Amino acid sequence: MQKELLEYTLRLGDNALILGQRLGEWCGYGPILEQDIALSNIALDQLGQARMLLQYAAKLKGEGFTEDKMAFFRDVYDYHNLLMVELPNGHWGNTLVRQFLFDTFNYFLYTQLLESKDDHIRSVAQKAIKEITYHAQWSAEWVIRLGDGTEESHQKVQDALDDLWQWTGEMFTMDEVETAMLEKGIGADLNLVKDQWHQKVAEILEVATLKKPDDEWMQEGGKQGEHTEYLGYVLAEMQHLPRMHPDVQW
Amino acid sequence: MTVTENQIWQWLEEVTDPEIPVLTVVDLGVVRHVDMEHDHPIIKITPTYSGCPAMNEIEANIKAKLKDEGVNNVEVQTVLSPPWTTDWMTEKGREKLREYGIAPPEGSSADKSVLFGKAREVQCPHCGSKHTTMVSQFGSTACKALYKCNECLEPFDYFKCI
Repeated sequence: MQKELLEYTLRLGDNALILGQRLGEWCGYGPILEQDIALSNIALDQLGQARMLLQYAAKLKGEGFTEDKMAFFRDVYDYHNLLMVELPNGHWGNTLVRQFLFDTFNYFLYTQLLESKDDHIRSVAQKAIKEITYHAQWSAEWVIRLGDGTEESHQKVQDALDDLWQWTGEMFTMDEVETAMLEKGIGADLNLVKDQWHQKVAEILEVATLKKPDDEWMQEGGKQGEHTEYLGYVLAEMQHLPRMHPDVQW
Repeated sequence: MTVTENQIWQWLEEVTDPEIPVLTVVDLGVVRHVDMEHDHPIIKITPTYSGCPAMNEIEANIKAKLKDEGVNNVEVQTVLSPPWTTDWMTEKGREKLREYGIAPPEGSSADKSVLFGKAREVQCPHCGSKHTTMVSQFGSTACKALYKCNECLEPFDYFKCI
């Protein structure tokens, strides 16, 4: 039970950490100042959520682990985030579509976690849900703006959507960890999240005049620690300073 | 020297937010409890936003203030639940924000329409007009959005209602 709870907490925390790190790459490169700030703000919220979850994971793990050790001294195979969040940002449309697909998933996931029987996960969910809702609203508005925008913007986000779709199936897979946590009343029922997600995504894409791709073969493995080649590069950038100078302070 | 809980609260009234220096940590509602355990004060604070970078500094400032007052054995703990909402900001705090040029959060955070895109009527802190437009949902800090006034044409920060 402890082992599953630790992995479940890491899945939540690693999604927030790795996507926050990816979004941070946009800082200084956003198309306009306001949206540069928006992505940095979202990244910051995700980093905050990651800290609360990794602090808990460190406590569950024991052995002198801390939130920093969790973030900076785990390697690729010990990360449990979804593959989608580690993918390169691509252009603004790619980043926005990924954000929309992920935020919508995260919104329905955390809505269930508000009732988690685990005190810490429930507290984090109560705090995070307000931020996640705000993000989901923002990214949905952008998908509508770009989809129902110019011919070029429409085509770019449609292509982004078609490319990213294969990475969405993993969000809803119920493996042993998810099933054990659901049975304990700690985790969420991803089948329910899946239905809600499909409905909401269909609704927004219709307004955005975009075509919802069909579910075909889906990529998976991230939750269990099998990643794309991209995660190594994300970790190399994020971890190099603490690995070169362990315990450095400023 | 014996310090009382009341005395601690008075000192906390002098610790300001590092990002919005007109507000004290008490005005902002981030101080949840002050518990006294045999002269050993435990102060519980709660973050406004999960990633608010001001939290570490707030903790350090609280410790520094109490140290200046001769209290060395203070402990500051961060608690998450129940989560902070803008409803906890004091009336005095809202008034100070307005005077400083930041529109205070409008209405109650319990109103879900805030989160689902229903635009709020936000009053310009400079001229008082309600004829304002949101420029960006995100502003200079995690807790603010960017607005502009259509009457006096001044841009201003709005403290988001969560």
